[in-house]
Amino acid sequence: MDTSSPPFAVEVRNVSKSFAGIEVLREVCLNVAHGQTVSVLGPSGSGKSTLLRCINWLEEPDSGEILIAGVRIGVRADGKTHMPDRELARMRARIGMVFQSFNLWPHLSVIENVTEAPIHVLGMAEDEAIGRAEKLLEKVGIGEKRDAYPYVLSGGQKQRVGIARALAMNPEVILFDEPTSALDPELVGEVLAAMRALAEEGMTMVVVTHEMAFAREVSDEIVFIDQGCVVERQAPEAFFDRPQTARARQFLSRYT
Amino acid sequence: MNKWEILWNHREMILGGFKSTLVLFGVSAIAAFLLSSLIVLAIRTGRAPFGRVVRGVVDGMRMLPFLIYAYLLYYGLPSLGIRFDAWTAGFIALITYHAAYFAEILRGTWATLSTGQAEAARAHGFTTFMMYRRIILPQLVLRAAPVLGNQVIICLKDTAFLSIITVRELTAAASAVQSQYFIPFEAFIVAIGLYWLTSMLIEALVARLGFAAERKGLGYKLAAVRR
Repeated sequence: MDTSSPPFAVEVRNVSKSFAGIEVLREVCLNVAHGQTVSVLGPSGSGKSTLLRCINWLEEPDSGEILIAGVRIGVRADGKTHMPDRELARMRARIGMVFQSFNLWPHLSVIENVTEAPIHVLGMAEDEAIGRAEKLLEKVGIGEKRDAYPYVLSGGQKQRVGIARALAMNPEVILFDEPTSALDPELVGEVLAAMRALAEEGMTMVVVTHEMAFAREVSDEIVFIDQGCVVERQAPEAFFDRPQTARARQFLSRYT
Repeated sequence: MNKWEILWNHREMILGGFKSTLVLFGVSAIAAFLLSSLIVLAIRTGRAPFGRVVRGVVDGMRMLPFLIYAYLLYYGLPSLGIRFDAWTAGFIALITYHAAYFAEILRGTWATLSTGQAEAARAHGFTTFMMYRRIILPQLVLRAAPVLGNQVIICLKDTAFLSIITVRELTAAASAVQSQYFIPFEAFIVAIGLYWLTSMLIEALVARLGFAAERKGLGYKLAAVRR
């Protein structure tokens, strides 16, 4: 790795966030090193998705700061004024995101979904973008759906297009927001397989998930969140075999 | 002389009027659509008071009869010292009036899109304007095609009102010929035929948009089946 690159791909420092007076995140800290996969676990409503959405500023934290490869997102260098639309967009282009509800663009074919942002955000030449997109679609196993429109795809196929779309931007890190929660059980495996391959290649990933077996197998670190607070942060074996807190034990008991 | 022959002898006048109608309509419909696109962007993403003011202006415009609006621009404004020639007043009236309607159609359609698509666009680095142009607006046009097409036809027909503020378009030409020779039936039938012809061309274009929407699963039929 380049020695000048900052140690962390993502740094979340003391982030708090409330919605309508309800505190969803409380002084949350999270570090994700380059090439690491961190899984964020916790009961529903614990703030996992909000944390993820703060990282690329889809939600604006009330306090705290977030750094992407050492650069603060959402606020200017002076730390006070809002980042202009264009600058924020440029930072987000380096952060991939895969959504629970896929959020493919329905008016674009599969290949167009994957080339849209590289061409129109990164300014990549069309030929190059198409070539790369075809390779990525092959990689996630849906090369034959190249010219289909999203509405004909199954959930698992849609999500794999979503992953290819994120990868096409060559991101610093990819955020996965419950990527398998909207899928039929028999389709979960194909999406997890694509994610597992990415983790093995050294992609930096932050994964909010309820797939415990996957989290245990693929993660470098588990972050357990409950009621807006980071309750535990451990290596996966330690977390699943020897959870330190009663809350984590109680949470895990529901999955065994 | 046969009544139809009289019309034939004045074909240049009628076709000249028709040409004016097509220019008025074509330029106005396109300009109104572009203007409405910006209006909707302002309503949806503009800062708080600005968006609301724009929305208010759009609503006010939609509550106005088109004829009175055209009258106001052409006959009313000179009393405030603002004077337009008939064509300019006609263009301003058609463009702004129909932009308000287009804007309302687009705004309503936008409300039916899932917010997730816009989030995905932002997450992939689109600026607000690029997201709108590349992701939102194409879908609004595809989804609202039949309703937009309807409004485009109304825009075509509203050009006829401009005959009253002295624009020499198709209705004015037909009217001039019929009053000179007293052949109202024949003259107006010809005018109606030309409006019909144009409307059918518009409908054909709208149908093509509809096919495109259908192919992408955004059409009305499929939407109905899936629900």
